Amino acid sequence: MSSRLGKIGFTFTLIAAALAGISACSKSSDAPAVSTEIVRVDGSSTVFPITEAIAEEFQRESGIRVTVGISGTGGGFKKFCRGEVDITQASRPILDKEIAACKEAGIEYVELPVAYDALTVVINPDNTFIQSLSVEELKAMWQPSAQDQIKTWNQVNPAWPDKPLKLFGAGSDSGTFDYFTEAIVGKAKSSRGDFTASEDDNVVVQGVAGDVNALGYFGFAYYEENKSMVKAVPIRRAENADAVMPSEKSVMDGSYQPLSRPLFLYVKAAVIKDKPEAKAFVDFYLNNATDLVKEVKFIPLPQEELDAVVAHWQAGKVGTGFGGVPEVGIKIQELLKRI
Amino acid sequence: MTEQVKPQASVLANLDEVRAMIKRHKLNDSIFAIIGLVALMIGLLTLLTLFVDLVMDGYPRFNLDFMSEFPSRRAGSAGLLSAWVGSLLVLSVTFISAVPMGVGAGIYLEEYAPKNWFSDLIEINVTNLAGVPSIIYGLLALGLFVYILGLGQSIITAGLTLGLLILPVVIVSTREAIRSIPVAIREAAYAVGATKWQVVSQHVVHYSFGGILTGVIIGMSRAIGETAPIITIGALTFIAFLPPSPVTSEPPFLNFDWLFSGFTVLPIQMFSWLSRPNPEFHINAAATGAIIIVVTLLMNGTAIWLRYNMRKKIKW
Repeated sequence: MSSRLGKIGFTFTLIAAALAGISACSKSSDAPAVSTEIVRVDGSSTVFPITEAIAEEFQRESGIRVTVGISGTGGGFKKFCRGEVDITQASRPILDKEIAACKEAGIEYVELPVAYDALTVVINPDNTFIQSLSVEELKAMWQPSAQDQIKTWNQVNPAWPDKPLKLFGAGSDSGTFDYFTEAIVGKAKSSRGDFTASEDDNVVVQGVAGDVNALGYFGFAYYEENKSMVKAVPIRRAENADAVMPSEKSVMDGSYQPLSRPLFLYVKAAVIKDKPEAKAFVDFYLNNATDLVKEVKFIPLPQEELDAVVAHWQAGKVGTGFGGVPEVGIKIQELLKRI
Repeated sequence: MTEQVKPQASVLANLDEVRAMIKRHKLNDSIFAIIGLVALMIGLLTLLTLFVDLVMDGYPRFNLDFMSEFPSRRAGSAGLLSAWVGSLLVLSVTFISAVPMGVGAGIYLEEYAPKNWFSDLIEINVTNLAGVPSIIYGLLALGLFVYILGLGQSIITAGLTLGLLILPVVIVSTREAIRSIPVAIREAAYAVGATKWQVVSQHVVHYSFGGILTGVIIGMSRAIGETAPIITIGALTFIAFLPPSPVTSEPPFLNFDWLFSGFTVLPIQMFSWLSRPNPEFHINAAATGAIIIVVTLLMNGTAIWLRYNMRKKIKW
């Protein structure tokens, strides 16, 4: 008996020693203790790399602690409207039911576009017959009525070969899926169901890289990191319009439409008065967005749009410019003027 | 006499047939052995391939910095510190909450519970609970711990959730371990006048300790790899500071604020890195996967070693 108790005692001593070690670590690595308040951020996993980069730098410079979760745009708004987080990241604007939930809880928010993403349509590098795609052609491939009907490339355009059309896309829970369907089919979440869907865009990269007849779409950062494996397709807004490649330039000058989308932060308006740490974080976010957004392969806002966003934040105007309905191809200055 | 000779004669007459039969049965034997070996190899080789693949992908990250750095946007300087500390703290809450309760429940069900329909009902439920998908525990915990009890998205919530998850495993293995004690031992103890409590504490639990411990460790190594319930209750992805230390330099030397701190754990950090666009992060994810497998193997190995050693010491 006693030897067993001794052993248990020894185990606990070990655990205690390990914990003490941790505490020692944490003390030595602590910056001068500034504030025990923690800035809580949650929301879209698409926006996460940007917020992570900014949180990392902010914490290093100010010592204020920031946590970032990835509950997704929808999950983030749920937590935000229950008052559990100060800021939520979103890859689409706030929707009607979320506006209602926030209103009921008495939570007012400031809507801040912080970066652009270009949804990129990609094909296999060995595909030689596609030089560009029009929105109409993409719609013919992806609309719900294409299900079980459009199975080969030549059904979309007779000039293309009679080869099977293999489609890869975002999972139906993602903001990427919502935006793509809105921009291409004309209605959010309206898509054929018989394609390979994944919440993880790396799966789409692998799928398209491995099949010469494949076509897929995902965020610009995944294309930038995998340029050797997949080929981006220039997009034509109308049948006879110029084909535009997704790039930093074409998104910033507004010519890559309708597939460039703004990414948002929603900040609880009460933090401007009550939580200087969170306010400082948003200030830092807007001041450093241009460089850090580029570093994680997203597209920064053009200077005049960023200026408008900063002015909007400093004025602390609450509410959304979308009225609960997603909208494609809107200019940020116009958006902010509506509020 | 003749009746006894007859079958012998028939056997002798059919000697070749009998030999053929034996040969056939031996062949069946070896065919089964080969099938068994192949089945075993498929399992082992899959694990081995997976592990070797993870190690080869992740080896540039196997260094101390990887364990002592916080997550970062730069894959090369991102580390696991907040994740492994989170895992350790969550698992200690799981251990403290699930083990006494599970072992106690197992002993009660096996030794004290009256054999009636109610105990049967409990027994069926415990066995069923062991097969409930982990996400269900996550949803239960979200409703119960996070919203009703107001514990928030904290280490204590995660620890208790995983505790619930492994509770049936601990109960079932405790009962199995207790059942393996020969009845004669109990009867002998009662015969020399021991009370029920003395029999249970000094004999039954003492002898089955190795088996109980094995169940506990297997439960804990299941808990370390769980992702779904932890994501459901709202674990974080980027957290670049550690929870408040449980041990302080001033009296009373213990501090329980860490229980209510936000956290992340190893499998979530791995999941987050794996879905990043930058392939550099996939190296971090592979290294994390290899570390989780090694820790799990170490825990299971400890379980086997402990069981072996404790059995060796017990002589009846």
